[in-house]
Amino acid sequence: MPGLTSSQTVGPFFHEALLRDGQTTLVKPATQGVRIAIEGIVTDGAGAPVTDAMLEIWQANGAGRYDHPADTQDKPIDPAFHGFGRAGTDKTGHYRFETIRPGAVPGRGNSLQAPHIAVTLFTRGLLLHLTTRLYFAGEPLNDTDPVLALVPDEAARRTLIATPVAGTAIPTYRFDIRLQGDGETVFFEI
Amino acid sequence: MSETDNSEIYSDVPAGTHPAYASPAYKSTILRAPSRPLIRLPQTLTEVTGPRPGAETVGPTLADFTKCHGGEAVGERIIVTGRVLDEDGRAVPNAVLEIWQANAAGRYNHPVDRHDAPLDPHFDGSGRVTTAEDGAYRFQSIKPGAYPWKNHHNAWRPNHIHFSLFGPGVATRLITQMYFPGDPLLPLDPIYNSIPDAAARARLVSTFDIDVTQPEYALGYRFDIVLRGRHATPMEQ
Repeated sequence: MPGLTSSQTVGPFFHEALLRDGQTTLVKPATQGVRIAIEGIVTDGAGAPVTDAMLEIWQANGAGRYDHPADTQDKPIDPAFHGFGRAGTDKTGHYRFETIRPGAVPGRGNSLQAPHIAVTLFTRGLLLHLTTRLYFAGEPLNDTDPVLALVPDEAARRTLIATPVAGTAIPTYRFDIRLQGDGETVFFEI
Repeated sequence: MSETDNSEIYSDVPAGTHPAYASPAYKSTILRAPSRPLIRLPQTLTEVTGPRPGAETVGPTLADFTKCHGGEAVGERIIVTGRVLDEDGRAVPNAVLEIWQANAAGRYNHPVDRHDAPLDPHFDGSGRVTTAEDGAYRFQSIKPGAYPWKNHHNAWRPNHIHFSLFGPGVATRLITQMYFPGDPLLPLDPIYNSIPDAAARARLVSTFDIDVTQPEYALGYRFDIVLRGRHATPMEQ
C-alpha cells in the first residue's frame, strides 16, 4: 500500500500560481438562490492581520445539493453553480466572497445539517491547512446541527457563526478567523 | 434514508505523516499554529464531496515552464512525472495539480521575494496539469535554485517545487513540496524536517530516473503523490 504524501506549507509565494480573477465570485447571473457576501479578517496569535493567507470555500447549492458525484440526493443540480471559491487575504488580512446561501444537507444517519460552508485555510506558518465551517447567525437549524453539537463550549461555538453586517447592498455575513489565542476559531480534524 | 449514507469516507491519516501545527523550529508557526486541539469531525457529505475546479477557475493547462514571454528560461531543464494515487493504490484521474517554484537562481516571480538574485524574464515558474486515467501527470521546467530565508542564521531552503492538489473531496485536499535527491540542505531544513515520520519525509524526495531523462534535452525526476484512501465504512457508523 503506498504511503500517504505529507503536507507542507503553501509558503509566501503562491499568489501568481493559485489566485486568479473571478475566484471570489461563485455566482453567475443564472445561479439560483439568495445572493450573499461573506467577508472577514484573518488574524494571528498576536492579533495581527495575516496578509498572506488563502481561503477556499466549498458549499452546496441553494437546494442543498453538492455538485459532486458522491452526492446522490434527489435534489436539483444548479448548472450555474459549482460551489467552490478561493480568495487571498489583502494587506489588512481581509477577504471577501460573493455566493449564495446554501441549502441544508443531510448529516450522518437521519440527521440534518444546518446550512454551512466548508472553509479551508492555507498560509505561511501552517504546515498543514486548517479546516473550519461557517454557519449563519439566526438559522433555526443551528440548534440541532450535529457538528455544532461537537463544540460544547458556547464561546468557541460562536467562532463558527457568521454574523450579519448592517447597511450593505447585498446581505453580508462577517466571519473572522483567529488562528491562535483569545477567540481562537474552532478548527476541525476531518 | 438516502444512499448518501453509504458513501465511503476517507481513512484516518497515519500518525507522523503530517507535521504538527506547532513546529517552532519553523518560526512562522509560532503565532499561526492553533493552540487548542482540533475537534474531530466525523466526515459528512460536506467533507466527502469537494471542488473540481475547471480551467475557467484555476487557469488553463500549462505543462512547459521552460519557454515563456518569447524566450527560453535559463537553467537546468527537468522533466517531472509521476502518478497520483490513493492509499489503496488506485489511480486518481482528472486531478488538477497546480505547481509553482523559484527560478534557477532561487528567486520567485513574486513581489515579496527580496532575495538578491536575478529574475528570469523567460520564466514565470508556475503551471497546471491534470492527471490522466491512470493518474499520471508530467511537466517540464527548470531545476529550482536554493534560496536564503530569514528563519534562522544562514537558513537556506533546499531546492523544491510546490504542488497543490484537488483530490475527490474536501478531505483529500493537499498542498505539499517536492524535493530533489541528495540535497545537502535537506537535513537542515525545518520545513522538511517538521514531518515526524522519517519514511513519510523521504517520500517527498523525488527520484532521478534515467528512463524519464530525455537525451540531449532534460534530466528526469519521478514523484508520485498519494492521497487519502477510502474506508468501506458507511457514514452512520
